[in-house]
Amino acid sequence: MLIADVIGHVVATAKHESLLGFKMLLVAPVTPEGLSSGAEMMAIDSVGAGVGERVLVVVEGRSAGDAVGHPRMPLDAAIVGIIDRMTTFDQP
Amino acid sequence: MNLARVVGRIVSTHKEQGLSGRKLLVLAPLDASLEPAGSPLIAVDAIGAGAAEIVLYVRGREAAHAFLPDEVPTDAGVVAIVDHATIETKR
Repeated sequence: MLIADVIGHVVATAKHESLLGFKMLLVAPVTPEGLSSGAEMMAIDSVGAGVGERVLVVVEGRSAGDAVGHPRMPLDAAIVGIIDRMTTFDQP
Repeated sequence: MNLARVVGRIVSTHKEQGLSGRKLLVLAPLDASLEPAGSPLIAVDAIGAGAAEIVLYVRGREAAHAFLPDEVPTDAGVVAIVDHATIETKR
């Protein structure tokens, strides 16, 4: 899983039937410190996340499918949690 | 899943049987601002995408799930045609 900020959304009318009804959000991966850490991606939302929220994203296909209840779905990223807060420990 | 623009098409007569009858598209990956991002890749079309369209593609083994019950040996599949992508907050 990785941490990401929800930055936008995608609308697609023509899509694979298994994707019908799901919200598709653009997410930007960040480090625990909140710095950009990689390319934006599109993730299916399974928890009701919205723009501006920091979320947990599963980026392994099988697990992403499990998260939205369809293990055999053409999907490689799913939002599985909205982060309330995060604590980082001081490095020794 | 990621955004890409369809920039080409591959014709291959001699190919793995599972790819028979499948449209192979050349995709140029885009970032969230729809600017080019990364090297082109080849993906199997599952939705009927065409030239110059902006699409969503899935990477990895799960891309093959788009073609079930057929077993298609692919690591990338086009699963949606994008109407519009909106960025509401800049990172």
